[in-house]
Amino acid sequence: MSTFRLPPNSRVRRDGKMFRAPEGAKQPRTFRIYRFDPDSGENPRLDSYEVDMAACGPMVLDALIKIKNEVDSTLTFRRSCREGICGSCAMNIDGLNTLACTKACGDIKGDVTIYPLPHMPVVKDLVPDLTQFYAQYAAVKPWLQSRTPAPPDRERLQSKAEQEKIDRPSACILCACCSTACPSYWWNSDRYLGPAALLAAYRWIIDSRDEATGERLDELEDPFKLYRCHTIMNCTEACPKDLNPAKAIAEIKKLIVERQH
Amino acid sequence: MSLRTPLGRVLGAGSAHEGAHHWTAQRATAVALTLLTIWFVVSIVRLPLADHASVTAWIAHGANPVLLALLAIVASWHSQLGVQVVIEDYVHGRHAKIALLLASTFAHVLIAAVAVLALLRIALRSFG
Repeated sequence: MSTFRLPPNSRVRRDGKMFRAPEGAKQPRTFRIYRFDPDSGENPRLDSYEVDMAACGPMVLDALIKIKNEVDSTLTFRRSCREGICGSCAMNIDGLNTLACTKACGDIKGDVTIYPLPHMPVVKDLVPDLTQFYAQYAAVKPWLQSRTPAPPDRERLQSKAEQEKIDRPSACILCACCSTACPSYWWNSDRYLGPAALLAAYRWIIDSRDEATGERLDELEDPFKLYRCHTIMNCTEACPKDLNPAKAIAEIKKLIVERQH
Repeated sequence: MSLRTPLGRVLGAGSAHEGAHHWTAQRATAVALTLLTIWFVVSIVRLPLADHASVTAWIAHGANPVLLALLAIVASWHSQLGVQVVIEDYVHGRHAKIALLLASTFAHVLIAAVAVLALLRIALRSFG
């Protein structure tokens, strides 16, 4: 059966440490953050940090960096570009998967709760293990496949309309917010490819220069790889780049049926 | 612990090249059920009397037994497709999954067969 409860050694203890704001803080705000250290052998816990927002940048990532720099250097998370293009700081903030660097603290009511992306193995604190997620991306062969050689003197050309079709799907940054928001992915990620990989597959299926459309559709037509998607739409809801993986998956299903009739 | 590569695990046994038929059938039966259910509800509401005699008379009348048999068969079929998805989603034990899929299919076929038999008996009695 699917496991609906966390195993006993993964259940989150609520009695974590409390870090008070410094004396004279003008706008203290509480961040409740998931902490897990695999070396300690202890269960994960929620630590609370009071941050003076008057002396902190506006985004959740600003607060995390401030905590790491000034309060608790053991807090572990991924981040790089701090402007929503690298996808490193994807985490579950205030109950929704999103990027810490583009999520404003001001958009959240009450305490700011931060967990790692749901239903993934946790390496440490807010860092999930994305090995399988990347393998799923690789499995859809996310590169141009064409038997016609490229023209010797220039690029493979596309019309403006053809380019526009792949414009949005190409903007995916592989942050994993969508796949880890999907209940079908939670229960069956060993066999279901998940919205991110399927959006990448769709991006190449509709690319006018690609000649492997048929093979790509053949590979996807599978009760688990593709059809575990039940149009729950959490993927589209979560995407911090406002992309629409649910629509892409629906289009793949339509293409598979259309070539039968 | 397996030392198989992550890509090897994701590719697994490859594509079953199956699923489109299930997907189409689920949608086609949904369309058919919408039409049949509207007909069924409207007919029941318009029945002047709800006693046993008038209901069985209505069942045996004209094309009603055919439409009712279709309703029973399509509803069972649609339900079987849906329950199959639920089992595949949540039941991961290999033996438990096969046993439940078999049990669900048998139960749905049985329900449809019993419904059709009951309709046949009512419809044929009105001839005799």
